[in-house]
Amino acid sequence: MAANSNLKTLLNGVIKENPVFVLLLGMCPTLGTTSSAINGLGMGLATTFVLLSANMVVSLLKNLIPDKVRIPAFIVVIATFVTLVEMVMQAYVPALYESLGLFIPLIVVNCIVLGRAEAFAAKNTVFKSFFDGLGMGLGFTMALTLLGTTRELLGTGKVFSMTIFPENYGMLLFVLAPGAFIALAYLIAIFNKLKTTKN
Amino acid sequence: MAKLESTFRNMVLVLTSITLVAAVALGSVYNLTKEPIEASKRAKQENAIMEVLPPDVLIKGTDTITIEGMPEPYYVYQAYAGDEFVGAAVQTYSKNGFSGEIKIMVGFDAKGNIINYSVLEQKETPGLGTKMVDWFKTEKGNQDIRGLNGSRNNLNVTKNGGEVDAITAATISSNAFLEAVRYAYSAYSQNYDGLTGATSVENEVAQTN
Repeated sequence: MAANSNLKTLLNGVIKENPVFVLLLGMCPTLGTTSSAINGLGMGLATTFVLLSANMVVSLLKNLIPDKVRIPAFIVVIATFVTLVEMVMQAYVPALYESLGLFIPLIVVNCIVLGRAEAFAAKNTVFKSFFDGLGMGLGFTMALTLLGTTRELLGTGKVFSMTIFPENYGMLLFVLAPGAFIALAYLIAIFNKLKTTKN
Repeated sequence: MAKLESTFRNMVLVLTSITLVAAVALGSVYNLTKEPIEASKRAKQENAIMEVLPPDVLIKGTDTITIEGMPEPYYVYQAYAGDEFVGAAVQTYSKNGFSGEIKIMVGFDAKGNIINYSVLEQKETPGLGTKMVDWFKTEKGNQDIRGLNGSRNNLNVTKNGGEVDAITAATISSNAFLEAVRYAYSAYSQNYDGLTGATSVENEVAQTN
């Protein structure tokens, strides 16, 4: 029973309340970093780590933090984890760090992270918060990777830098900013269609 | 356990301790990652220097050169094969890119011919300006700058009367790239013409856009 509800929490983040396709949270990194599949995946994983850690710590501390200072306290926790991720990435995956650039520190103000801390972790057990963070993170990662793959394929004919068709036939638009909006809109439409037919 | 009351004392205590713990955690991770970060930056630069110079050379000196009117210095890494001066790698930049600064490493031989280049940093438009990474070392039309000489060849895009084909649909990025290359050459020639016996070159670089 318990395992079942944890699975439900997990899937809730991936599908039912997918942060990008359903909640439409964290649009800034979603649109900004997904010019290629690997960038989307990297950003997704970095955010997943922050979500997971912040959720667990906030859930652990929820009774120690007075209500009136909860937001600053959460932000400090989140910012700490983001900075950790930033330094570790810079040290061990410098190439990815460079291509994600400013978007890494911006995870601090990603609405999903604070949103989950406030709406879920502050009210639930550590264990449940772990699954919520993991689910939300995976949902976010999946969405970003999907969007990145779509844009990279349509724009440059490659997926994860492997050539599918010659670059000359690519629609450059999809790598640029407007392409992010267009691709995202179609992905949301497809996601909604799949979701409604399933129910 | 009941939730702590929002009294002034509690709030100050809790926030202070949370920030303290965060500071300690960040400090220790900073110390841990400081070395690898430095190392990876150094490795990147060394790779770039080696990439643009002939194989089996040693860097025996670094010069920092400032050019009048330019905000930042240029770095010239002198390369020797044995005792013979064979050229230098010059770290150069342009602030006139389509978005942000472009940093490149350009290798010159002792006569001032371009051996190769490597883009260190650029934030140009993906799919357009970013092509500079390979464009100017691809043999096609007049886009290859390898082998061109800083004093003999006009390192400008053909549109501006130069000899180099600009990247399709990315003239601004191309201009910025070539600007960086030209300044790299003037930084190089300023110091090494005497050394190499090549004729001194007038600063043709001044008018760029």
